[in-house]
Amino acid sequence: MGGTERMNHEKTHENELVCSGHYACQGCGAVIAMRHALAALGPRTIVVLPACCWSVIAGPYPYSALRVPVFHTAFETGGSTASGVRAALEMQGKSDINVLAWAGDGGTFDIGLQSLSGAVERNEDIIYTCYDNEAYMNTGIQQSSATPARAWTTTSPEAHPKDTQKKNIVQILAGHKIPYVATTSIGFPDDLIAKFEKAKSIRGTKFLHVLAPCPSGWKYSSQLSVRLARLATHCKVFPIYEVFDGETYVINVEPEGRPVKEYLSLQGRFSHLTPRQIDEIQARVDYDWEHLLHKAMLEKFEFE
Amino acid sequence: MKKVIMGNHAVSHAVMLARTEVIAAYPITPQTQIVEELSNMCAEGKLRAKFIKVESEHSAMACCVGASAAGSRAFTATSSQGLALMHEMLHWAAGARLPIVMAEVNRALAPGWNIWADQSDSLAQRDTGWLQFYCTCNQEILDSILIAYRLAETVSLPAMVVYDAFYLSHTYEAVDIPSPEQVDKFLPPYRPEFKLDVDNPMAFGSLTTPDYYMEMRHQIHQATESVHQVLPAIYQQFSGIFGRAYKVIEPYACDGAELVLLSSGTISSTARMVVEKLNAAGRKIGLLNVRVFRPFPAEQLKNVLRGVKKVAVLDRNISFGQGGIFAQELKAALCNETQRPQVIGFIAGLGGRDITPASIEEVIERAQKPDASQHEVEWVGLKE
Repeated sequence: MGGTERMNHEKTHENELVCSGHYACQGCGAVIAMRHALAALGPRTIVVLPACCWSVIAGPYPYSALRVPVFHTAFETGGSTASGVRAALEMQGKSDINVLAWAGDGGTFDIGLQSLSGAVERNEDIIYTCYDNEAYMNTGIQQSSATPARAWTTTSPEAHPKDTQKKNIVQILAGHKIPYVATTSIGFPDDLIAKFEKAKSIRGTKFLHVLAPCPSGWKYSSQLSVRLARLATHCKVFPIYEVFDGETYVINVEPEGRPVKEYLSLQGRFSHLTPRQIDEIQARVDYDWEHLLHKAMLEKFEFE
Repeated sequence: MKKVIMGNHAVSHAVMLARTEVIAAYPITPQTQIVEELSNMCAEGKLRAKFIKVESEHSAMACCVGASAAGSRAFTATSSQGLALMHEMLHWAAGARLPIVMAEVNRALAPGWNIWADQSDSLAQRDTGWLQFYCTCNQEILDSILIAYRLAETVSLPAMVVYDAFYLSHTYEAVDIPSPEQVDKFLPPYRPEFKLDVDNPMAFGSLTTPDYYMEMRHQIHQATESVHQVLPAIYQQFSGIFGRAYKVIEPYACDGAELVLLSSGTISSTARMVVEKLNAAGRKIGLLNVRVFRPFPAEQLKNVLRGVKKVAVLDRNISFGQGGIFAQELKAALCNETQRPQVIGFIAGLGGRDITPASIEEVIERAQKPDASQHEVEWVGLKE
């Protein structure tokens, strides 16, 4: 996975299924995520979009920025609407079509969790993707349960920032014992593409958790999106790994082990943090990383 | 073939005969036997459908929305709290113009917890864009499901077939179950013009600006109104194939009646018996059973009620602060008529309270009193 190969992916895909003229902000991580995901999945894909930034990004009627069929649905129904689409395809004998539910963190961690859990428990043959920008960005940066502790949002102001940890959605999904759960990030396009290709080849529910930084919500300059996504992993804030059948954990990217301060200091949403609070975040990140290593049955990281 | 079956199983048979492809459901009393039977039919291979056992009614409707958008015939059934939970997705089905059919067993809403008959659940959904049909017997339930699919797919709108908890859902009656060949003649496979199709990709339900939204709503309204033209022809075809005739409204002895009693669902069955008895004794009481609530059959009702002095409306539902919903809709339909009848609304039978022949006679007597019209809403059988 060399840098040159990654750069080539960044420039062009053979199957470019996201058109220009979409409605995303400059530097939006969610668009980069969709481009790579659809490049991997190909044109025989139906996208189910519950309310999220992508409801707007996809473009207003009568236009669409996606060259695949899209069904816009209610906020909490990514899992269930996609289940219905899959059922219909099954009844029509169409087995070579990917059903991609594409939801933000609000639609996944919060309001959509019930229908997601229902679909996942039934092991529906869908690819459920959560592109995670760690808040309700579409409505103007309100706190979600994916918002990290201490982060500023418009409903967790600096005087009263979020005082609980980010929900561990991967563990919740892995707890359903589905064939494939994985994290990935726009900072590692090769990994992202490989995981969507893998998801395509597995029957049953695939859950992909994609880190998608948001320039306006995280308060950084738009050219930093990919760099921040990479830093999130190298600082161990967002480890990149897979869980097979809810049991087997495999870590895919070796973090460079940079201090979390480096990641936090580039974002305005953390600018109010005191050195002591940064130390507390560092301690939590280290603890979570150790925990993940144990799950992957590694004493320390051994990258293959 | 005639079989003695409960109202709920009349639905199951109809859904099987309609060759429904996707069923998504969550259990709720008194609906459960519909989907239990359907799940058996799927398991035994009598019905080739995908049965999705969802985790809520909200998801049941979302599944139906997804399946219908992808081009399959979809079905669910619910009642009361389940329908209330589904409310948001009812808008989605109608807004996306998806011809989903649902059986809805009228049951009271909590609190207090009550599983008995009450129309407030379905009538609270009157502005969601769903067509609504109210049934008086088990045969009508089975037939209405088939007619609902045919109509829904003709006008691209979802439809609910509504009937009373226990009075029909759990009551056994002889039902003529048509043959699959007969049903196939009446109900062709669902082949929508637009659907989720990778060979012809389109976006559905996108962000819609003020430039377009209003026209879309207008189209939904027009499609709903078009039922007035489309449904009589479908009823006629149905009668040609199955030999059973239906009408949007059923007037009985309304010509020259001194008073017309208007009702829906099983109340109409009881009321018919009462009206027949009174008329045999020389009275002139008319009865109007309203089968279609959405679209509201305003023109048909106006035609029947022209020249009638008084209408008593018996509502097993309540819109708090206003009164019975059928009465309210009838008043609205008549308000521009120069020679309109007095409409007296009666609330009865809420939460499954019995509406007996005696209580219907009481309504007729009370409505005929000279001062009856001074009361906007009358309650029947209320304990002091």
